[in-house]
Amino acid sequence: MMMEQLEKIREEARRQIEEIDSLEKLNEIRVSILGKKGTLTGILKGMKDVPKEERPKVGQMVNEAREQIESTIAAAQKSIERKVLEERLKKEKIDVTLPARRFEPGHSHPNIVALRELERIFVGMGYEVMEGPEIEKDYYNFEALNIPDGHPAKDEQDTFYINGDILLRTQTSSTQIHAMESGRIPIRMIAPGRVYRSDAVDATHSPTFHQVEGLVVDKGITFADLKGTLAEFARQLFGEDTKVRFRPHHFPFTEPSAEMDVSCFKCGGKGCSFCKGEGWIEILGCGMVHPHVFEMSGIDPEEYTGFAFGVGLERIALLKYGIDDMRLLYENDIRFLKQF
Amino acid sequence: MKTPLSWIKEYVPALQCTDEEYNSRMTMTGTKVDGMYRLDKNLEKIVVGRIEKIERHPDADKLVVCQVDIGEEVTQIVTGASNVFEGALVPVVLGGGRVAGGHDGGPLPENGIKIKAGKLRGVESNGMMCSVEELGTDANAFPDAPENGIYILPEQYGPVSEKSTEMIPVKPGMDALDVMGLHEPVFEYEITSNRVDCYSVLGVAREAAVTFGVPYVPPVPAVKNESGDVNDYVSIEVKDPDLCSRYTARVCTDIKIGPSPYWMQRRLANSGVRPINNLVDITNYVMLEYGQPMHAFDLDTVAGHKIIVRRAKDGDEFQTLDGQMRKMDRDVLMICDAEKEIGIAGIMGGENSKITDDVKTVLFESATFNGPNVRKSAKRIGLRTDASGIFEKGLDPNNAEAAINRACQLMEELGCGKVVAGMADVCEPIPAPVRIPFSAEKINAFLGTDYSKETMLSIFEKLELAYDGASNEVIVPSFRQDVKGMCDLAEEVARFTGYDNIPDTLPASSATMGGLTYKMRIEDKARETAQQCGFSEAMTFSFESPKVMDKLLFDADAPERRGIRIQNPLGEDFSMMRTTPLNGMLNSLSTNYNRRNKNVRLFELANVYIAKALPLTELPDERSMFTLGMYGDGDFFTMKGVIELFFESVGMKKKMVCDPASGKPFLHPGRQANIVYDGTVMGYIGEVHPDVLSAYGIGDRAVIAVLDMNEVVPVTTFDFRYEGIAKYPAVSRDISMLVPVSVTAGQIEAVIEQRGGKILESYRLFDIYEGAQIKAGFKSIAYNLTFRNKEKTLEESEVTAAMKKVLNGLAGLDIELRS
Repeated sequence: MMMEQLEKIREEARRQIEEIDSLEKLNEIRVSILGKKGTLTGILKGMKDVPKEERPKVGQMVNEAREQIESTIAAAQKSIERKVLEERLKKEKIDVTLPARRFEPGHSHPNIVALRELERIFVGMGYEVMEGPEIEKDYYNFEALNIPDGHPAKDEQDTFYINGDILLRTQTSSTQIHAMESGRIPIRMIAPGRVYRSDAVDATHSPTFHQVEGLVVDKGITFADLKGTLAEFARQLFGEDTKVRFRPHHFPFTEPSAEMDVSCFKCGGKGCSFCKGEGWIEILGCGMVHPHVFEMSGIDPEEYTGFAFGVGLERIALLKYGIDDMRLLYENDIRFLKQF
Repeated sequence: MKTPLSWIKEYVPALQCTDEEYNSRMTMTGTKVDGMYRLDKNLEKIVVGRIEKIERHPDADKLVVCQVDIGEEVTQIVTGASNVFEGALVPVVLGGGRVAGGHDGGPLPENGIKIKAGKLRGVESNGMMCSVEELGTDANAFPDAPENGIYILPEQYGPVSEKSTEMIPVKPGMDALDVMGLHEPVFEYEITSNRVDCYSVLGVAREAAVTFGVPYVPPVPAVKNESGDVNDYVSIEVKDPDLCSRYTARVCTDIKIGPSPYWMQRRLANSGVRPINNLVDITNYVMLEYGQPMHAFDLDTVAGHKIIVRRAKDGDEFQTLDGQMRKMDRDVLMICDAEKEIGIAGIMGGENSKITDDVKTVLFESATFNGPNVRKSAKRIGLRTDASGIFEKGLDPNNAEAAINRACQLMEELGCGKVVAGMADVCEPIPAPVRIPFSAEKINAFLGTDYSKETMLSIFEKLELAYDGASNEVIVPSFRQDVKGMCDLAEEVARFTGYDNIPDTLPASSATMGGLTYKMRIEDKARETAQQCGFSEAMTFSFESPKVMDKLLFDADAPERRGIRIQNPLGEDFSMMRTTPLNGMLNSLSTNYNRRNKNVRLFELANVYIAKALPLTELPDERSMFTLGMYGDGDFFTMKGVIELFFESVGMKKKMVCDPASGKPFLHPGRQANIVYDGTVMGYIGEVHPDVLSAYGIGDRAVIAVLDMNEVVPVTTFDFRYEGIAKYPAVSRDISMLVPVSVTAGQIEAVIEQRGGKILESYRLFDIYEGAQIKAGFKSIAYNLTFRNKEKTLEESEVTAAMKKVLNGLAGLDIELRS
């Protein structure tokens, strides 16, 4: 009698479990069989009517039935959970080709991008980065750089004056003098900053622009060191295959002086419209520090030598990023800045 | 400087190279070629034609039909030009050929214009007769060319050389470009200011000779037949020798004015100088050749036949030969005769002594004036001439003599006049040549090279730098004023052994520590934070119009108005060094707004310039400003968050306070604050005042913040320490309050901070509401407070005590608690 009941409960449970498809229903079945008022629990309640000697056996049978039902339920639960998950995943399919949602950070200025490159290269070679005043004494901008009153170079650079003695620096070369006057040798420094010349604004001119000055002073610095350093700089800035040439030039504060050209990075030196058919692009001016400049700054030119160079930051930015109009650099149109 | 190559080759006869080789080798020894032009560019199949017969065109009144002898045949050409005549020799471009430009003389097309044989109004035309414009040149180069007409060729021409006097008859079929001297490359040089000697054909020729290792053969100025004595014609007195170290004069009589010879005209024209007449052409020719400007006076107009060189007097007026009256001052050097001023030294002659066609006797002046004085005078007078441009570089007194003798030689050669013997000369002692001790070792050590002494000396020799073996010194000729010391000698060695042949090395000396300054590192942190928050870096000008101050609503006596003025600005808009970075930022926002860019966020890191006293006696304060500006998404509190983030990123961990008592006229009066950190005002933040927005044409609310980095940097630090993650649980309490509208969140937070005690870990405003459900004059604010003890679990009683203190404090602000 009890055995039959047990068999019936087991059979009923199997049948019910086979049919169901949700965790809620499965739980209902669990409660209806195994719960406090469940059918199996009901059998246990009927144990009192079972003869004492048979109770252990019946108890064992009930337990077996319970275990069996529990494991059937567990298996069913697992399978339903799997099915539910599969359905969810199916429903959650997205069109991965829809547009991205972007977090828009701000952007750099091309001048700063170029400056970072220069700083990276020269700091890597042991150069300090320094600053000097933009509103400067005539002495630092001209006289101490071997450009005394009446020197043609003083007129060639259209200078903005505040008064007879104070001006807007026309070149970051003034920072050289501050560095040398500090008296700390050896010097390896670059000095970026704003400079000013009285040029009207157009596609290639601006009354405000930026230069980066470089200065190395030590015992035994040679013209070959200048060439090697700047050639390395050019390769790091424009790529390993870049060729450089140094052309004799003149600056009052260096002797010998040179201008450095790099092989045109558009045509590789064959000559194109970008380099005006020359295959070369002028990048910077440089030279060995003039002994008279050393003397004026209190450094003995018999003991020390050095080299200096000056790079136009805008020129590098324009060339490197193919910007065709200098005015773009000072308009700050966000559509322009976003590209850097 | 622009010179036809054939002129250079006259003095470097062995020079043989292609135009490209010449270009690159001259550039690499320091005479930079800035431009290379072939005068026969885009000129093809252009021959001499002789017009045999001219007939009317049957169907066009303005055209004529010409039978033109082009050597091997007679061909038919139709033209609309009215200056042609039978027997005329003309340049003809044949069908299939090419000309450089149109007859209007407009800009030359890159590839010229192809000419095809065809029919003009039904009549066959096998080519075109050319104007000078069509040949890519102009009436300055060919003064005899008619306006709007065909160029009529001369009957004969000669090779473009001083040495050749042979003339060749022009015949049909000849290359017309030969006849016109257009088969010629012209080079333009960029001469550096130290090489005064190279502002001349001879100087460049000398460089070319050394560059190519061939002899330099300069002209030898000599007059064959001289008579009389110059001292019978003129006397010279220099009263201001500080401004005139040498004044030489020579005289020519029996002047015959006429055209200069073909070769001289072609050379001048191809150098960009218009040929005028033999006398003018000679002075121009010598100026180009020797780099020594000269002046010719009509001796009959020179009173007392006396030249006096002296300073002008303040307020003197003088009429220059261009007819203009000009004001002089005591620093302008004048050339005078016994009675009057007749020229401004080194700049321009006077109307009163200018040469006319019936001049009989000419006085040539070749002088050495003080360069800086000429430059300054020219600038003050406002008259820069070709001559002053050369004088201002400071000339070699020895060259003055060579040049005047050369001019006399040409006067004789060209039959322009008879040369009087002797040169009147007033000359300060010419300084002894510079002697430089020579040491090949030093030069090699300086350059990083290993050249032999002989290599160096042979370069010096070619450059006319003499070597005195006895004293081991290099003696510098007077024309090389730039060579003064060992480094200059090193340059000569480097130039002619080739900069390219110097090795590339890296300095092998002492190590140095590279890196940015502390200030730059903080500024980079500012950039980083700004960019993380969506702000892009801008750059604006450092100078602006003083009117900007009105746009920004500054009071008449605001310190911002005391900006540093530029003496010689590009215009009022660029005349004042900025005292505030606002204008640049607002202009940039405005530019973006007007270009319909949405949600713009910009920042700039740049200086403002604050005078310690005006007028400026010492250098001003240059203060680095971190300026942020935005419109579109976000508001005041977005900007406030950016500043807080920046402060945290540079170790400024204390609470940043916004003090509404900032009083900036350009900001919204109810939406602005000073940014205060640890009691110091670091800058300000706020919405831009609507009046300012409209002045800048910005149609949206804009928020800006400005931090003075000079204030910020000293309180920053990169040092920080890890703080342990709390082990004990936190207790959280909410306070919901009714707050009088006048009480600020800042006041509430001050109470919370003061009274929360050591266990108060943090607090957060989580709700604020003002409106219908709240009684008038009040707003509802709710804070969440978090308490924690780092050493142990908090007791309920500790939290209750702390809360009680906070609530008591809040009651003092007339705040009611909401239950």
